Amino acid sequence: MAKKMHDTPNLDQLEDGPWPSFVTGLKELAKNKDYVVDLLGQLETSYRTKKGYWKGGTVGVFGYGGGIIPRFTELKDEKGQPVYKDCAEFHTLRVMPPAGMHYDTGTLRKFCDIWEKHGSGLIAFHGQSGDIMFQGATTENVQKAFDDINEMGFDLGGAGPAVRTSMSCVGAARCEQSCYDEAKAHRTVLNTFLDDIHRPSLPYKFKFKFSGCPNDCMNSIQRSDMAVIGTWRDNIRTDEELAKKWFAKHSMDQLVNDIVARCPTKTFQLKQIKDVKSGPSISSVAISDTHAIEIENRDCVRCMHCINVMTGALAPGEDKGATVLVGGKRTLKIGDLMGTVVVPFMKLDTDEDMAKLVDLGQRIIDFFAENALEHERTGEMIERIGLVNFLEALEIEVDVNMVSTPRTNPYVRTDGWDEEVAKINAKKLAAA
Amino acid sequence: MNAPVQMRRPKETGVPDNKKYLHPLMAKNYGQWKYHDRPRPGVLRHVAKSGDQIWSIRAGTQRQMDVGTIRKLCDIADKYAEGHVRFTIRSNIEFMVSKASMVDPLIAELERHGFPVGGTGNSISMISHTQGWLHCDIPGTDASGVVKALMDDLIVEFKREEMPNRVHLSTSCCEINCGGQADIAIIIQHTKPPVINHDLVANVCERPTVVARCPVAAIRPAMVNGKPSLEIDESKCMCCGACYPPCPPMQINDPEYSKLAIWVGGKNSNARGKPTFMKMVASGLPNNPPRWPEVNEAVKNILHVYKEDARPWERMADWIERIGWPRFFEKTGLPFTKYLIDDWRGSRASLNASTHIRF
Repeated sequence: MAKKMHDTPNLDQLEDGPWPSFVTGLKELAKNKDYVVDLLGQLETSYRTKKGYWKGGTVGVFGYGGGIIPRFTELKDEKGQPVYKDCAEFHTLRVMPPAGMHYDTGTLRKFCDIWEKHGSGLIAFHGQSGDIMFQGATTENVQKAFDDINEMGFDLGGAGPAVRTSMSCVGAARCEQSCYDEAKAHRTVLNTFLDDIHRPSLPYKFKFKFSGCPNDCMNSIQRSDMAVIGTWRDNIRTDEELAKKWFAKHSMDQLVNDIVARCPTKTFQLKQIKDVKSGPSISSVAISDTHAIEIENRDCVRCMHCINVMTGALAPGEDKGATVLVGGKRTLKIGDLMGTVVVPFMKLDTDEDMAKLVDLGQRIIDFFAENALEHERTGEMIERIGLVNFLEALEIEVDVNMVSTPRTNPYVRTDGWDEEVAKINAKKLAAA
Repeated sequence: MNAPVQMRRPKETGVPDNKKYLHPLMAKNYGQWKYHDRPRPGVLRHVAKSGDQIWSIRAGTQRQMDVGTIRKLCDIADKYAEGHVRFTIRSNIEFMVSKASMVDPLIAELERHGFPVGGTGNSISMISHTQGWLHCDIPGTDASGVVKALMDDLIVEFKREEMPNRVHLSTSCCEINCGGQADIAIIIQHTKPPVINHDLVANVCERPTVVARCPVAAIRPAMVNGKPSLEIDESKCMCCGACYPPCPPMQINDPEYSKLAIWVGGKNSNARGKPTFMKMVASGLPNNPPRWPEVNEAVKNILHVYKEDARPWERMADWIERIGWPRFFEKTGLPFTKYLIDDWRGSRASLNASTHIRF
């Protein structure tokens, strides 16, 4: 039995309503832990005063420089003593999840036992970088909790100016849209950078994210310094049985308004079967006895919309791989940046392919470590120096897929033009 | 003299192999799935090339879970779902079952314990959110509470698939926006420059770092009351709060003047149009715990208008692109103020350089 609860009239109102309540969960924990009784006291104070009361500090585990988020209370009385002394320290352990966030119940139950013993009993699945967040432990217990979690085969994630914990989608484990082995890429890449995860020494954070198709369920283009997004080069695959089944359940209006009209490049056409073309870059499939879909794949940008709506009837091609985009991040400091294409397509089938992906990540991080200003993200660095300088340093050839349009201003010195053209021609000749 | 304490060295194992955590049918059919459909909201049925089928039942959680709740979910997984679960990026939990006959009993059990089943297809899924007052060192508001209050109202749409397209929401307790881009995002927007405690700056803050963090170069070193400190050119300051994390004595959070803004039209998927950033459409909403009624009403209003007006498969951004921003503000009744015209770098790209005007 824990000590008496503080009054929490504000938080009590978050126990009403049908959505699962974190307050009810905290109150359950508070029945046995003075720690959580006082946590509720401090949180209720925040709800009353509209102020936060945690400050950072330096807490870690032996051997690592990061992965713990230290929190010390700043809610003190006139004598400088914590008002809620039992939760004066409330540190979080960031722990890296398995790719795709799969668990068996035995593992989750062990997490619970460890965190009930050493921590508050509050666990978040998951934080915004993908970590399992074990929230709330005293300075003394952080090491004990980590030792037990680490013995289970789990390791701390990133914090501060480090390579951060990554996320990958459910992918090949359950999704038919998967264009590469996301889990393998995630694990192979991240486990190459364990030193940069555990010992923060980069100019600022660096995030990898892995999505298996252009639906980008991991939001990698907006939230990662290096986004690996699955795609394919050959034709969209078709299945006549499933296409006819889809059409039987829907209507011509839906096919026209929801798919034909929504194709971003208008390459998805509805035709009478007798008019359907054939050719090496055309996908076609009958949807009824009279009508068929025809897709000219050379005009298709692999947006996924038709495949999403007619799953099974249409599917990504078989020559699969990924597009790599670099430099995504949110506002601070120079404004939002999307990741932009640095590698239009790379295969990720073999161990050698994976090694190339790791090598690309390694070279980008090395360049970032050498050239970024303090607290500057990769995208901001590229904005400052220009994409071409970045590409040349990484020995990546320019590709027209890297731009939306060629430049719209003449502010460029082009006296190397002839040389560049000669190089391109020589390469073409060598390839022929 | 005591012997030095032997510290345990960490086992630097990194990301664990997920193979042993996969549901057996997922391990067996890895990379060999053919298609999926949704028998009902909250349930996905995936069919493998082998003919195997797996049903995934998705349920909402509070994300910040006590061990009792997690054990309850484990009990349900052991009883109905062969002891395996996974989590989605939006903190929903998924139970996988290999028999269709297990779907309904599992749903009944989840609902009985208060876990709503849904979040699939064209529904409003769980809100992607942050730590807030519970754990963050720089929060302007709470996260879990805002989410709980809003999801209580949106749970009906979580359990249905009746929106034009999927709806992703996020909340963030400062302008760093850890909640991320979304169809609708709720983000703290400070409206006053930081209040500086000059007694503490010299001891707590690395002043050149703080000066360098300011996006508009509004901070400069100064001597105040004989102590080295920092001062702000308040005519330049746009109240972003970037100086506060490296220098806590520059308090940006204010119970009254830290407001909430609403942003719409963020989309990370490449489906149809290219990915888009969200745009600010409202600000000045009060930070009003414990249930933030003004923010809830504003978000629900936008969702209601979107649901009524958008065509099938139009995400928030697609819908607004079709009807245009003037009609968006007209239909939602939101005021278009001068603060919504961008003046940051690259802002001319957001101006209307055409005579394309809908009358």
